[in-house]
Amino acid sequence: MDHIVIIGNGISGVTAARHIRKLSDKKITIVSAETDYFFSRTALMYIYMGHMKFEHTQPYEDWFWEKNRIDLKKGYVKHIDTGAKTLQFAEGDTLSYDKLIIATGSKPNKFGWPGQDLDGVMGMYHKQDLENLEHFAPNNKACKRAVIVGGGLIGIELAEMLNSRNIPVTFLVRESSFWNGVLPEGESAMINRHIQNHHIDLRLNANLKEIIADQNGKAKSIIIQETGEEIVCDVVGLTAGVSPNIDFIKASNIETGRGVKVNRYLETNIPDVYAVGDCAEQHEGINGRRPIEAVWYTGRMMGETVAQTICGNRIQYNPGHWFNSAKFLDIEYQTYGWVFSQPRENESHFHWKHEDDTKCITVCYDKHTNQFLGINTFGIRMRHDVFDNWLTEKRSVDYVMEHLSEANFDPEFYKTYESAIFSAFKNELQTV
Amino acid sequence: MSLAKPDAVDISNTQKIALAIGILGLFILALALFNTNFPNKGLFLTLALAFITIGTIVYSRDAYLTKLEGIKNDAVWFKSISSRGAWGWILGVVLTSFYIVLYFYPKYLGLGENGASNTGLISLFDPLSHLLSGRNASQWFVYGTLYTIAILAFGYKFMLKYRHNRYQQLRTASVMFFQLGFAFLIPEFMYVMNSDLPYYDLKSIWPLNYYIFDEWSVKGFLSNGNIGLGLILFGIISIFVITPILTYKYGKRWYCSWVCGCGGLAETAGDPFRQLSSKKMSAWKLERWLIHTVLVFSVVMTVAMVYTYLGYDHNAFWLTKDLFIALVIGFLTLIFAGVMYFKRKELGKDAKYGAIGYFVVIALLLLMHLTGTTEHVFFVKGGDLRAAYGIYIGSIFSGVIGTGFYPILGSRAWCRFGCPMAAILGFQQRLFSKFRITTNGGQCISCGNCSNSCEMGIDVRAYAQKGENIVRSSCVGCGICSAVCPRGVLKLENDSMKGRINPTEILLGNDVDLMDLVNKK
Ligand SMILES: Cc1cc2nc3c(=O)[nH]c(=O)nc-3n(C[C@H](O)[C@H](O)[C@H](O)COP(=O)(O)OP(=O)(O)OC[C@H]3O[C@@H](n4cnc5c(N)ncnc54)[C@H](O)[C@@H]3O)c2cc1C
Ligand code: SF4
Ligand code: SF4
Repeated sequence: MDHIVIIGNGISGVTAARHIRKLSDKKITIVSAETDYFFSRTALMYIYMGHMKFEHTQPYEDWFWEKNRIDLKKGYVKHIDTGAKTLQFAEGDTLSYDKLIIATGSKPNKFGWPGQDLDGVMGMYHKQDLENLEHFAPNNKACKRAVIVGGGLIGIELAEMLNSRNIPVTFLVRESSFWNGVLPEGESAMINRHIQNHHIDLRLNANLKEIIADQNGKAKSIIIQETGEEIVCDVVGLTAGVSPNIDFIKASNIETGRGVKVNRYLETNIPDVYAVGDCAEQHEGINGRRPIEAVWYTGRMMGETVAQTICGNRIQYNPGHWFNSAKFLDIEYQTYGWVFSQPRENESHFHWKHEDDTKCITVCYDKHTNQFLGINTFGIRMRHDVFDNWLTEKRSVDYVMEHLSEANFDPEFYKTYESAIFSAFKNELQTV
Repeated sequence: MSLAKPDAVDISNTQKIALAIGILGLFILALALFNTNFPNKGLFLTLALAFITIGTIVYSRDAYLTKLEGIKNDAVWFKSISSRGAWGWILGVVLTSFYIVLYFYPKYLGLGENGASNTGLISLFDPLSHLLSGRNASQWFVYGTLYTIAILAFGYKFMLKYRHNRYQQLRTASVMFFQLGFAFLIPEFMYVMNSDLPYYDLKSIWPLNYYIFDEWSVKGFLSNGNIGLGLILFGIISIFVITPILTYKYGKRWYCSWVCGCGGLAETAGDPFRQLSSKKMSAWKLERWLIHTVLVFSVVMTVAMVYTYLGYDHNAFWLTKDLFIALVIGFLTLIFAGVMYFKRKELGKDAKYGAIGYFVVIALLLLMHLTGTTEHVFFVKGGDLRAAYGIYIGSIFSGVIGTGFYPILGSRAWCRFGCPMAAILGFQQRLFSKFRITTNGGQCISCGNCSNSCEMGIDVRAYAQKGENIVRSSCVGCGICSAVCPRGVLKLENDSMKGRINPTEILLGNDVDLMDLVNKK
């Protein structure tokens, strides 16, 4: 019986294991150094905020694993010997495999800032980071101010977390507006204002120069590159993106770039070794996607796909239309298809914003053919399947705008804005 | 002593003052309980109720209106009272003791027995009772008043907490209206109009209202001419006509989250405890056994009660014992056969349990018919059976455990494990209803906020993360899972029956060919 070993008990590794179990009787072992059981990383923030306890972030009850004959092993893999098909653990033991799936996820970026390894300085990725935060920022007496470096999705979550405990936050964002490498200007500006409405000290165009230690080796302040300003703080959160967590693989024969290099079948250069999730890097991005996609849904889809291949139905990883979602403090965000921060050459954007400054949408379409290409929505929930169909059917932007209410997914009795959006859209067309 | 465990979040000074005002109100009630004889009862009652209400209002305004609109669950698992900490247990013990005294020892609350006038807490409520219906207060009047105040004050709090969510606001306004009007005021006014009518809360439907078909109740109605007859007919139509229609169109939420008083209290005063319900598979198994056992018990008990006061002679009254039993068995058989014929596939393994339940009921009814007399059913006195139901289910389960244990078991333990009405509505919701919670394609990130907030202990995430709609008999349609989901994954809706249950393995967003391959197997 084949022994499938999976390094990493995150969404990608666990999805692969579940599907392999459905399709086959193979022996499955999941290895992780982080936690005994799979938990939802995306819910880390809610533990600190007191909405949930850690155990609530575990999607399966503990008996699930034994019932499905998925063995769990806690340990840190320090080397993969692909010749002997064996894993070597930091704890000294070994484990041999017939097929190996690497699903080791990401780690927070650190850009060599002076002081980046001091006490009180942390990323926000692993469970250990959360424990660290709980230790250094239990309340606003122990932590009088926190500085967050890096304005992405994790950065704003960390800001919300600290805010929930009334800890004052200074939020350093390198860009001229929050997440404007991804979000179009109007949306990004709205989120800037929303952040400030939450009394978060948002600093745009601000880079970290260094973190300064007190006599005990704990962070006591930071210096801003641009202004030289020193900000006194007890905690520094480093949330300037993530990169694949693959340092331990570099010494093996497995080809790596920024991540573990895989082909469309999620196979590495070594037979019987696969990589999925945040740590996998495609040789070329698929259909305009990036080579590394560090989001939940893609990790799951890669897991679904690799299970087929391992169980004898070798198929390519071929994700459908792009979608994603996030929440910026109180404002939910969903996206379907592609909306870039700047319309590309053949593209045009239509932007609508509600006067209450918490809802807006941006629709991207082809200037020449009028084909609908994607939508960002803020504060309005939309239906995934409807947009997925419209994108597949290559609907025109006029069609989409006219039928937008069919895609609405807000709870019953909510005020709807589709007709306001549609008339704004028609007006704009007339003035152009 | 501090309310928050690691002192993660303090409450503000305004909130402390508000708490003090509310406690002052409770203190007046406590003084009355220990027989303080207030000079002007009306004034002190007004003060007590006003303090409690004002305290709650001020607290809620400071807690929610000082912040932007959004989900307000910060620190619920830190606060001792809402996370089964010391305060939670203390509150649980206080509430439970209150219920035990209320149901079994009302004299300690000051109920005047054998015509004596009230003392203590109950006498404090005499002025209000006189104002409304011209009679002395009873323990039930005291309970009803406090219950109504709780739903109104905490309903206000809940509406502020969800002020961005109109579904939540409307259904809360609805339960506040039904509690104040239907459960509290209208029965009092009905008494004023016709003091012989039994207490009747029009929205309380059999089998939740288990005494409506009792002999004294039916006689009470029937001896009151057309009004009485109309009321009892309304009771019968409620369960056999109105309920199935509304449940078909909207799911059981029309009742459980919009009308019902038990649900009303759970959703308002019980809201801080909703996350305490167990989401374990084992709890779900227990739930299904318990709630259906109670349903069987309540059906058999009701039939037995009616049976004992029917006669043998069809000339005296058209509905005789024989005819009645035949009708009941015929009706149950019709439902059973219909379900097995149309829904056999959907039920899967549960069909077996359904069949067991059906045959147990029929066997019990036949046994009763063959051995029963006018006095005795199942060899015990009919009245005793009814009394046992009243004590164990009506009082201990729904009151003492259901509400007293809010801070331990979560706010809907009764609705989930015990309520026979919920069992009937749930059965229909599962099989014949347009209601479902739609899952939004592949957007779920398995965070668990939905499951955590589900007061009915449904593991919503287990469905959402598979891209599968939630069609569960126990879902009361409170909509909180949808409200708290940070990714907009869940929507309560009424849509066609087709495609309502949609088991999936590969979620939307992946390769379309792969989805076809795996999902269409
Ligand atoms: C705070 C936060 C919020 C997020 N929110 C969202 C969101 O809203 N939406 C979204 O799409 N994505 C979100 N993400 C990203 C998403 O969580 C990741 O894309 C996803 O978890 C990656 O899953 P994975 O299975 O690839 O890896 P991971 O979940 O990182 O799992 C990898 C596991 O492997 C273990 N491991 C690594 N190396 C070794 C080794 N050598 N030996 C043993 N074990 C090892 C790691 O400890 C880890 O447990 C968020 C991430 C974070 C941190
Ligand atoms: S599933 Fe959702 S709507 Fe249904 S009871 Fe649970 S929280 Fe309420
Ligand atoms: S709250 Fe939403 S995203 Fe989180 S597990 Fe539930 S459905 Fe999924």
